[in-house]
Amino acid sequence: MQSHTFSYLAAEASSSTSRTLTITLFLIFVAITLGITIWASRQTKTATDFYAGGRSFTGFQNGMAIGGDYMSAASFLGIAGIIALNGYDGFLYSIGFLVAWLVALLLVAEFLRNSGRYTMADVLAFRMRQRPVRTAASVSTIVVSIFYLIAQMVGAGALVSLLLGISPGTTFLGMSANTAKIATIILVGALMIIYVTVGGMKGTTYVQIVKAFLLMTGALLMTILVLAHYKFNLSALLGDAAAQSGKGDAFLNPGLRYGVETAGDAAKTFYSKMDLLSLGIALVLGTAGLPHILTRFYTVPTARIARKSVLWAIGIIGVFYLFTLALGFGAAALVGGKAITAQDKAGNTAAPQLAQTLGVDYLGGQTGGAVLLAIIAAVAFATILAVVAGLTLASSSSLAHDFYASVVKRGNASERDEVRVARIAALVIGAIAIALSIFAQSLNVAFLVALAFAVAASANLPPILYSLFWKRFNTSGALWSIYGGLIASVFLVFFSPVVSGSATAMFPDSDWHFFPLSNPGIISIPIGFLCGFIGTIVSKETDIKKYAELEVRSLTGHGAH
Amino acid sequence: MKVVKPVTTDAPDAAASEKYLAVQNSEEFAGLRKTLRGFIFPMTIAFFLWYALYVLLSAYARDFMSVKLIGNINVALLFGLLQFVTTFLIAWLYSRFAARRVDPIADKIQAELKADGEAK
Repeated sequence: MQSHTFSYLAAEASSSTSRTLTITLFLIFVAITLGITIWASRQTKTATDFYAGGRSFTGFQNGMAIGGDYMSAASFLGIAGIIALNGYDGFLYSIGFLVAWLVALLLVAEFLRNSGRYTMADVLAFRMRQRPVRTAASVSTIVVSIFYLIAQMVGAGALVSLLLGISPGTTFLGMSANTAKIATIILVGALMIIYVTVGGMKGTTYVQIVKAFLLMTGALLMTILVLAHYKFNLSALLGDAAAQSGKGDAFLNPGLRYGVETAGDAAKTFYSKMDLLSLGIALVLGTAGLPHILTRFYTVPTARIARKSVLWAIGIIGVFYLFTLALGFGAAALVGGKAITAQDKAGNTAAPQLAQTLGVDYLGGQTGGAVLLAIIAAVAFATILAVVAGLTLASSSSLAHDFYASVVKRGNASERDEVRVARIAALVIGAIAIALSIFAQSLNVAFLVALAFAVAASANLPPILYSLFWKRFNTSGALWSIYGGLIASVFLVFFSPVVSGSATAMFPDSDWHFFPLSNPGIISIPIGFLCGFIGTIVSKETDIKKYAELEVRSLTGHGAH
Repeated sequence: MKVVKPVTTDAPDAAASEKYLAVQNSEEFAGLRKTLRGFIFPMTIAFFLWYALYVLLSAYARDFMSVKLIGNINVALLFGLLQFVTTFLIAWLYSRFAARRVDPIADKIQAELKADGEAK
């Protein structure tokens, strides 16, 4: 590995070239997507255009857009980083994130498309009392989206400083490292507000498609280079990764990061393994309850095309996670654990560092390294930007369609009025997310993503499944499951070691934790389902006629919007 | 379409409700529901158990998972890749099943509902 260490040092010299190139490529991406957004705004006339992109996308387009919404920076940089540093355990994430799509395919996508209109609450409130259920659904939608948004935006701030090589003490365009981070968060926030308010669902969907294409192309190129380096011998890649990681054979086995066995401490080992199971369950059940994913199913003309789009998404996302496996092990083998942790302790820069190394080796030396690094860094920015736009759209849609139109206006809002409110809501939610992200930028935000998945699985998935498949389900049950799941997951996280009482906690110097797990899923998801059940049977309300309508419509597509 | 109705129903009248109840109680619809649920529910349980087995083995059967098969490729990696294979396989099986067994009945019922609505 001598030559790599050397090329690394030499590469420092060309880092300013790379930085300029990254910014240029990123600006090109922004210019193209803003062009698309303005074009899309001219096509956006009705509420259906704004909320659901006119329901005019094809299965492949929506499948790409789902991939764009789903493959966040957390999964691109995060999973590659976890694999690069901890080996096999990063793969557990990819598998949970992929298998989760079967829940969406088999139990949710088509039925939701057939019976809903713009939001998750359309299905939840179908046979219930509108105002309380839509209020509850709107609350959980916004909670999930805001947590996820802050995680992405804070991540963007941190990432930009890493990728552009801005470290404390240095300046960038005359800004200190901290100012540059805040500027990045504001820039990302402002762009996402523009995409959503101007382009609506149509513009946002095209942004997702462009991003998914860039991400897949970048990951494919790097995967081919990594595999070619090892003459397509997977075993050789794994062996080299294990050797360079400094962790030996353990690197290829589960257990370095999750379900860690602590000798002599049975309780610690037990909780660590429970945490692994909890994470596994939250990953697999959370996806089909994420609001920005659910609203994607409305952008196609029929349930059958929604099915087709999920099939495309499963293919695209699955292949992408196979790429990240190669990238993670490739980074461990070719960059080495030491060089990665020297850049970023969490390993988030493993993929960009691998790009630079590969570029140096295969694309013509230093210049090639700078070019490939710049491309991958720009793709990572594009990734963050697209995901935050999808989240902002989903939460502002829910605020306007569920809360404003149904709760405040009691269903008497005009279409024009509703869309106007949705645009204002996007602005307000975007501004709140920017403010919170600036406040949260020095905090450990990894738990926000886990929390978003846990809330989605505990508060959103139970009422969706009960609504679609359980005749007896009613308003009381829906409210119990949404609020029960929401409160249980937020409560448990608040009293968990990710918020207080551990070195990596949000408040490392205080300790009020009593819940031993980082992920609340294993407790809060059953609570969400149980609350929905109890809430239902304590109330006498059941609208068998409305259930007949919901079931007939969801299964046959009759009367679908 | 100037006013957006929050309620997703388009025809809230009594006759429409009766119509949906009648369809829901029809043998044809019961057959559709049974066929569909007969696939999606067992399949969901199957893939969930299969995934749970993988997570449980990762947590509790480390020795088994670290057995090397070919070169550096161990059981854990193979098991993980098999999760990808089964996910792709189930997705493909479902799309084939839905197109052959569900879509035709759903289309037929929908056409009847439409004809019924137009007759009125």
